[in-house]
Amino acid sequence: MDLLDQLADTFFNWEEMAKVIPSLLMVGLPNTLILAVASGILGCLLGLLLALMGISRNAGARWAARIYTDLFRGLPAILVILVIGIGLSPIAREITGTRNPYPLGILALTLIAAAYIGEIFRSGIQSVEKGQLEASRALGFSYGRSMRLVVVPQGIRRVLPALVNQFISLLKDSSLVFMLGLAASDREIFRIGNDAMANTGNLSPLVAAGVMYLILTVPLTHLVNYIDNRLRTGKPEKREPDELAAPIGKGAQA
Amino acid sequence: MTDFTSGTLTGKNLHLSFGHNHVLRGIDLHVEKGTTASVIGPSGSGKSTLLRVMNRLIEPDQGDILLDGRSVLKDNPDELRQRIGMVFQQFNLFPHKTVVENVSLALQKLRKLSKDQARAEALEQLDLVGLKHKADARPANLSGGQQQRVAIARALAMKPEVMFFDEATSALDPELVKGVLALMTDLAKGGMTMVVVTHEMGFSRNVSDSVTFMDAGVVVESGPPEQIFTSPATDRLKGFLSDVL
Repeated sequence: MDLLDQLADTFFNWEEMAKVIPSLLMVGLPNTLILAVASGILGCLLGLLLALMGISRNAGARWAARIYTDLFRGLPAILVILVIGIGLSPIAREITGTRNPYPLGILALTLIAAAYIGEIFRSGIQSVEKGQLEASRALGFSYGRSMRLVVVPQGIRRVLPALVNQFISLLKDSSLVFMLGLAASDREIFRIGNDAMANTGNLSPLVAAGVMYLILTVPLTHLVNYIDNRLRTGKPEKREPDELAAPIGKGAQA
Repeated sequence: MTDFTSGTLTGKNLHLSFGHNHVLRGIDLHVEKGTTASVIGPSGSGKSTLLRVMNRLIEPDQGDILLDGRSVLKDNPDELRQRIGMVFQQFNLFPHKTVVENVSLALQKLRKLSKDQARAEALEQLDLVGLKHKADARPANLSGGQQQRVAIARALAMKPEVMFFDEATSALDPELVKGVLALMTDLAKGGMTMVVVTHEMGFSRNVSDSVTFMDAGVVVESGPPEQIFTSPATDRLKGFLSDVL
């Protein structure tokens, strides 16, 4: 029984967990959210630009988007975070005046996320029927306005589940920013759990950190399923039998 | 329905190729102000492409397009398309917008009407096609016939000088075709200039003022409907008519 007790103490030492929970909630949670939400929003903007470049009639733009995507999708996240976080830190210090690694961490996460989000947007936009662009152009809208008003909104709607998935992965990848060295108040969920583990030699703080991530990600995965279902089945609106029943030949009633 | 400020549309010697595929081989089409020209012919003869070239959704390789006698090839194509309404086989309503938003979108963004004004005008157009009560529904919740009537209202809202119909009833269930054809007939009688690509020989024969028979990218025969349908001159038209009638 000794062995079981020992395992229980290693993973589920409530005392150690209770000690770390306040800082997980007050420091780690907001910092993780800042990293993930900021790079999520910026990644969406850059991703949309990449998607539009990817389907552009300009071959140069298409190539640039292609190369960017191959590059940042093909590299491990931790490598990009380290290279950008360390390599650009003198410049960042110059601009921001602080040693806070967050701007560079967010930049690295954004660059990675944009590569994936760009592909998500592109597939969504390309899945919109050609007739939509044609109808919009036939009304007199330019290519740009047709894309903005008609095609892109529909494309984005279709890829909402994939976008939420991408955000989940961003929440988890934000933990890698710990590699850049964080001041106590800048630590995100993982780093807090990791520090507490190192100090106590007990894994329970990391388990608590893991639970924090699950509290964030599990509802999101269910949100994905909900959106997915909703998009597939449509709103529960009632559909009328319509003209089948109406006297035929009456036509437009005009 | 009356009071259309319609125009006269002319296509002259229009040519178009996709790679080695010579789709239009010198098409001439003249539609006098306030009249309806129907374009008939077998699938793949270039009818739908002709419409897209005439409103410059596709730029012709050669030839000229005249609206009220003036060449429009040098105009901004977006402005030209505001003057030519188009209705598609697959309706192509915007599914992410409500019915009334489908109609008011161009009024608001291109005609620069205020939101309320655009909505009011869109509702008026919907009333003309008998679908005002569906204004706030989504297109997906309408039948095909209703969707096509909304598409017609959307095109009419821009007060076009010419209306194009690209097989507007081909995707409809048989029982829904009549409502749309009745609306098109109303428009034709009301003096709208129309080019109607169609497989509905009844409409072509009874409503249109002229009929153009296309095959393999050329106009094989054209003339008033009585002549085309009762005394076709070419074997190709005779063959086509015996296949479809």
